Amino acid sequence: MQVHDSIESLYRQHAPRVLATLIRLLGDFDPAEEALHEAFAAAVSRWPAEGAPDDPVAWLIRVGHRRGIDQIRRRQTARQHAHLLVSEDTGDPADAGIADDPLRLLFTCCHPLLAITDRVALTLREMAGLTTEQVASALLQRPASLAQRIVRAKRRLREAGIPYEVPDARELPERLPGVLGVIYLIFNEGYSRSEGETVVDVRLADEAIRLAEALTELLPWGEAYGLLALMLLHDARRAARQDARGELVPLEEQDRRLWDRAQIEAGMACLERALAQSPTGPYTLQASIAAVHAQAPSAAATDWRRIVMLYEALYRRQPTPVIALNRAVAVAMRDSPEAGLALLEGLAGHKPIVNFHLYHAALADLHRRAGHLEAARQAYERALALVVQAPERRFLARRLAELEAPG
Amino acid sequence: MQYVALVYYQEQLINAMSEAEWHALNQECLAGVERLTDAGHFVTGQALQPVDSATSVRLRDGELLVSDGPFAETKEQLAGFYLLEAHDLNEALRLAGRIPPARFGTIEVRPVRELPPRDATGDAS
Repeated sequence: MQVHDSIESLYRQHAPRVLATLIRLLGDFDPAEEALHEAFAAAVSRWPAEGAPDDPVAWLIRVGHRRGIDQIRRRQTARQHAHLLVSEDTGDPADAGIADDPLRLLFTCCHPLLAITDRVALTLREMAGLTTEQVASALLQRPASLAQRIVRAKRRLREAGIPYEVPDARELPERLPGVLGVIYLIFNEGYSRSEGETVVDVRLADEAIRLAEALTELLPWGEAYGLLALMLLHDARRAARQDARGELVPLEEQDRRLWDRAQIEAGMACLERALAQSPTGPYTLQASIAAVHAQAPSAAATDWRRIVMLYEALYRRQPTPVIALNRAVAVAMRDSPEAGLALLEGLAGHKPIVNFHLYHAALADLHRRAGHLEAARQAYERALALVVQAPERRFLARRLAELEAPG
Repeated sequence: MQYVALVYYQEQLINAMSEAEWHALNQECLAGVERLTDAGHFVTGQALQPVDSATSVRLRDGELLVSDGPFAETKEQLAGFYLLEAHDLNEALRLAGRIPPARFGTIEVRPVRELPPRDATGDAS
């Protein structure tokens, strides 16, 4: 194995954990990243001859900490960082506090002080261990812009003096949804982009699932499991979401034999753990809905009564028009297209929802099912005028064409 | 990944330095290169003579055209370069930010471009 390859694979495996602790020990991202590099360089030169240590993470932290302190001293900013150097004499740096360090890092990257796009970028680079170039490519941004974003976000954290910590028990319920939101955004960023751009070697959906898995190990809260369950269940349908030509296949037409059963099992196990805790949060409710679909043999044989009930519970917690939209579609499936249409028409007063392509797509679909062809046509056209994503656009255009040339 | 860090500054700032300041800056750059080398980041690099020592060459219609310059129309002149090995762009930026002229000039960081493999057939030389 080339030295270069081996450092890269070691990096991917251990870097975020080691970095998370070095930030605590050295007081900031920059000295920690420098020390991290030195620790890995030392590992690459010494492990082949000496053999890898039993606990590589602890070894890397120890070496990185020592090198980091040397660097700080050499840079003669010791005064500024003097309080940090105290930790040198408190015994093994790779001790008790270490278990919480990845959580400290995650909560710092997802700090509400930062713009949401900065939280996503920092989380992917620092916590998921991707390179700037990989994050940029995954988010369809220029590496130079993304690099600036990361530099500025770190400066923002430093200047605001954001402590490197896990929020305490009182704050945690308030801060956790922010972290879950960033992970879910990363997932959706990858999940909804079903088209073209082959994202080098990064699948954002996988990264989000890995982040959520790490989170559940550190903070086994119901909603953390709920989010993980939701993502596993959605991602399990990946192979069925597109046909051979890359066109979008709606849930009811998907070949359910293509769903990843093992991943559904894993998702169901997470959901069970989420449901064991109360109160049941919005991610857990959404995962419960995904689970109903995952267990149904076909769209027709789906337990729509249960889905409507779950959407109603979700709407009580988050009374958003989007959830109301989904509830109306579920009611249509349970009762009749007309019943769904009545609910959708009740949403027509909401400006944001009227500008949302899925609202018109849902109207179009229900009109189509009810046999109102002209109303369906008009709604498809409004949806097409608003849709942004190419595969969705092609799907809507196909539906419209089918309407105009039946059979 | 490899990145080139191009060091630009106004030569007049350097010209205005005392002998002792210029010496200290050079020593500081040398120490920086040592640190980069120890950490495995330094591939190669070089400081350059001032821009008035430059000669430009162009080949037009098969004829070699040689001229002085580039003339210092630009505010800052190229003063040297580093070829750095870094994990990613942000690491390269962090390293470049420690190059001493970053304090009074500009360090431009560019990823190197791999040329495509040589064509198997045909000889373009």
